[in-house]
Amino acid sequence: MTPLHPDTDSPTAGPLLTTPSALRARLAARLTDAARSWLDRALDEAAAHPGTHGPISVWELRLAEAGRRCGPEHADAARVLILHAARADTEAVTRVYRQGTGPERRAVLHALPHLVPGPDALPLVEDALRANDTGLVAAAVGPYAARHLDAHQWRHAVLKCLFTGVPVTAVADLARRARGDAELARMLGDYAAERTAAGRPVPEDLYRVLALTEAGSPPPPPGAADPHGKES
Amino acid sequence: MRIFDPHIHMTSRTTDDYEAMYAAGVRAVVEPSFWLGQPRTSPATFFDYFDSLLGWEPFRAAQYGIAHHCALALNPKEANDPRCRPVLDELPRYLVKDQVVAVGEIGYDSMTPAEDTALAAQLQLAADHDLPALVHTPHRDKAAGLRRTLDVVRESTLPPERVLVDHLNETTVKEAKDSGCWLGFSVYPDTKMDEERMVAILRAYGPEQVLVNSAADWGRSDPLKTRGVGDLMLAEGFTEDEVERVLWHNPVAFYGLSGRLNLDVGGTDATHEGNSILRGGA
Repeated sequence: MTPLHPDTDSPTAGPLLTTPSALRARLAARLTDAARSWLDRALDEAAAHPGTHGPISVWELRLAEAGRRCGPEHADAARVLILHAARADTEAVTRVYRQGTGPERRAVLHALPHLVPGPDALPLVEDALRANDTGLVAAAVGPYAARHLDAHQWRHAVLKCLFTGVPVTAVADLARRARGDAELARMLGDYAAERTAAGRPVPEDLYRVLALTEAGSPPPPPGAADPHGKES
Repeated sequence: MRIFDPHIHMTSRTTDDYEAMYAAGVRAVVEPSFWLGQPRTSPATFFDYFDSLLGWEPFRAAQYGIAHHCALALNPKEANDPRCRPVLDELPRYLVKDQVVAVGEIGYDSMTPAEDTALAAQLQLAADHDLPALVHTPHRDKAAGLRRTLDVVRESTLPPERVLVDHLNETTVKEAKDSGCWLGFSVYPDTKMDEERMVAILRAYGPEQVLVNSAADWGRSDPLKTRGVGDLMLAEGFTEDEVERVLWHNPVAFYGLSGRLNLDVGGTDATHEGNSILRGGA
């Protein structure tokens, strides 16, 4: 299957589909001169002064204002780069997530695979999966969740995507994790039955995931099994 | 008719209101932080409230095609409770956020020394963060409250052209206009202004620097009052350009002073994924 990502069509598509250096090059090509020099300065500052300084670190201020400096369509990518440049650890990403706006929280979730090697930041993913903001839900089911969420939480995350209309293309590593998952298949079947009983349509995505749960479904071709796995 | 409601507490309103507002022409709102009816007793509840104004509420608004920004502050009523005053120390980290377009609503409630301190401190915070300020005038003893408010504004480093004085009426409009501040009027079903008196004030003082809002909240109020004023302006002979000036261009100009106004709903959370499914799905 062809790896898909909901950000595919956006100008700074998929902060997670690439390395930070490639992401920076791609973003820089799309920014205005003023925004590009702001970003260059912000990344230099973050690299020079990572960590926590005073009530709010300079890189955290830059994180907050990235939307109005770079434009909202480029804010996710700019924020991922700032977090990476500041070498934000679990403690730092937890703080900026908890103190963040919706878009800032989304950027932290996108940045997790670049920043936190182990499962320590899972509470942020769990928090986002409890949200009803579909932008947060979509960002929560990225490669970090694919790597670290346990089976029960991961199945509920998939089901929540179907419930809230988040395209399952947002779910990283969907084919690999769904394959042979009989419990997920049962949950999907029950959900389809509930929708049908209520006279409501069953989301197309449900059948797509259901097909992936079949144990005999062919393994994804090489390179597509973990389409988000190239991040540093 | 394109409408920007420059003062409305959407946290207290339903999705039916969002639908009706969109149908009436509302495309943008500013939600100033205020009190919630039940007094709060700790800073933490303010922070959850501010986070909601920067997270959930703009997401909710975007689903109905409405751009949502906010003004943040410790309101004058709760500034009197020493348990809430530490909110002032945390405001700087909130005032740098993208969707914050003003400090507000600040001002006076009972005109106490604690309110003096909070008002002056928050006008300074607005100046420090390049933000305009939304200053409401008190409901009781309004004329004296306006004079004291304008005195504090004059003593501050924030120039009057970056201040919106709100909840004005016939008794306060002239002095407020002479101060050089922007002029806000809240149109309510029973109290504050009504549509007819609002149009009379527009006729007497002109549309320059005038903003009309519904200030709709958890009390008896109506989020469609802005549209009502627009309709009556047209019926009374104002031009469409004048209506659009009051209901759209003036609020855009005032909150645009922040440099943070983004009126493209497509650029917000709800449609971030570029997929319309997300807009109706939650």
